[in-house]
Amino acid sequence: MLNIDHLDVWFGDPPERVDAVKSAGFTVAQGESFGLVGESGSGKSTILRAITGLIGTWSGLIEVDGEKVSGQHRSRAFHKTVQMVFQDPYASLHPRHSVDRVLSETLHLQGMDQIDARITRLLDSVGLGKGFRFRYPHQLSGGQRQRVAIARALAAEPRLLLLDEPTSALDVSVQAEILNLLTDLRRERGLTYVMVSHDLAVVAHMCDRLAVMRGGEIVEVMEAARLRAGDPASDYARALLAASAGFAREGAPG
Amino acid sequence: MSPLLSVRNLRVSFPTRSGTFDAVRGVSFDLGRERLGVVGESGSGKSMTGRAILGLVRPPGRVTADRMELDGQPILNLPERQMRALRGARISMVMQDPKFSLNPVMTIGRQITEGYRLHTRTTPQAARDKALEMLRAVQIRDPERVFDAYPHEVSGGMGQRIMIAMMLAPDPEILIADEPTSALDVSVRNEVLRIMDKLVRDRGMGLIFISHDLNLVAEFCDRVLIMYAGRVVEELPAHDLKNARHPYTQGLLNSLPRLDHPVERLSVLQRQDSWRDEEIATPFPGGL
Repeated sequence: MLNIDHLDVWFGDPPERVDAVKSAGFTVAQGESFGLVGESGSGKSTILRAITGLIGTWSGLIEVDGEKVSGQHRSRAFHKTVQMVFQDPYASLHPRHSVDRVLSETLHLQGMDQIDARITRLLDSVGLGKGFRFRYPHQLSGGQRQRVAIARALAAEPRLLLLDEPTSALDVSVQAEILNLLTDLRRERGLTYVMVSHDLAVVAHMCDRLAVMRGGEIVEVMEAARLRAGDPASDYARALLAASAGFAREGAPG
Repeated sequence: MSPLLSVRNLRVSFPTRSGTFDAVRGVSFDLGRERLGVVGESGSGKSMTGRAILGLVRPPGRVTADRMELDGQPILNLPERQMRALRGARISMVMQDPKFSLNPVMTIGRQITEGYRLHTRTTPQAARDKALEMLRAVQIRDPERVFDAYPHEVSGGMGQRIMIAMMLAPDPEILIADEPTSALDVSVRNEVLRIMDKLVRDRGMGLIFISHDLNLVAEFCDRVLIMYAGRVVEELPAHDLKNARHPYTQGLLNSLPRLDHPVERLSVLQRQDSWRDEEIATPFPGGL
């Protein structure tokens, strides 16, 4: 479904050039859920942005569903295949557009018919009733906004969903609801996920395989089971796992 | 031993068009020389509790309490002049995001010395020495350089350590840390926590650690208050968190994905209206 090889992404020109991603490569099979983990600045979100064409300064291979993409331009067919959900539901919805307008505009751009019926179905599928259709973002909670953002991404009926920290701005109880929703949607629609997160437990819960990134490079690609077993191959992944396990007080018993 | 800070029936309310909104509804606790965690979701009133203690709730917000005492002295709704002498010198607060809490057009050195000199009235040279000493205490490798740097020239983790240095310079008795590590990566987070832990222990301070992260609080603090809808619904020794009795606390714990316990679907918190108002079994076992 997704094939990435020798991907370099950079910002700026020499001497100020910053290499955000260095020679990254991984493949994601149809129907698989793949995770990208790492600390801030490790380049995990940058990869997603390069795939969707939000960043033009990259080289290497990005192949979606067998089609190579280049530069910043993406075809209509690409956007029907790939959609993205962003981290901050407070920033990714237009504050003065109602839910109805957000969804109908997207459906219209995707050249869909029966827009009215589709909006009802979309809202249904993300667990929002009809009552939410004419609300504005400020009338929604964080979790409800993220549901709208997911509905918007589903409007194009994509097969690959790029999820950039979809729950890190949300409370844990709401996070559980959104993660369950994503699990259900993947099963019902046979979606492929690429999910970026700094939370190892979230990625292990959602993904089959994952890549650990550091300083723009992929340190290790492993099965989620391996992460659960606490047995990554690289030192860095082990250190990251230990740090995530929590804070150990110095000199404290136990 | 008498507590450092004693709060009884603290209420914070805001008038709105549709009546009064109570952000904090009758919170009571005592703080000794310990690490007290305050946990809750957004809107549970945990940050408002911290702000109310420091007198940072702006009108039209109203703060009332049966008692709010620092070392036996009432500090509720003090005139701004007296509050200013207290704020920073005896109670300090570290905010969530260093990007928004440091002044972007002032060097870091000036920001640290400003507060310190205001409270101690020392010479500029002594203030500078103190600032450098504090920067060293929070393990900043090149304090001289950082002293003359601007906030945009340092990383997030460094910014948060600078905030801690700034807040601890006047040697306060109580530090209120409002989500001090939520904006940080895990490796940096642990380092910042370790520094804070050491400083608090060495100086015998009382720490109020406000966070949404149950597990972190359980590991870092001695005692935990769990807040829901403006009230404390449960109080626990931190190591007993796993044995939480209140359904809200249990629900929060269960809704977390866990590495050592894979599940197909996460359990979702079913909120009950009764949590808002029902009688709480043990508001504070320490007694009134």
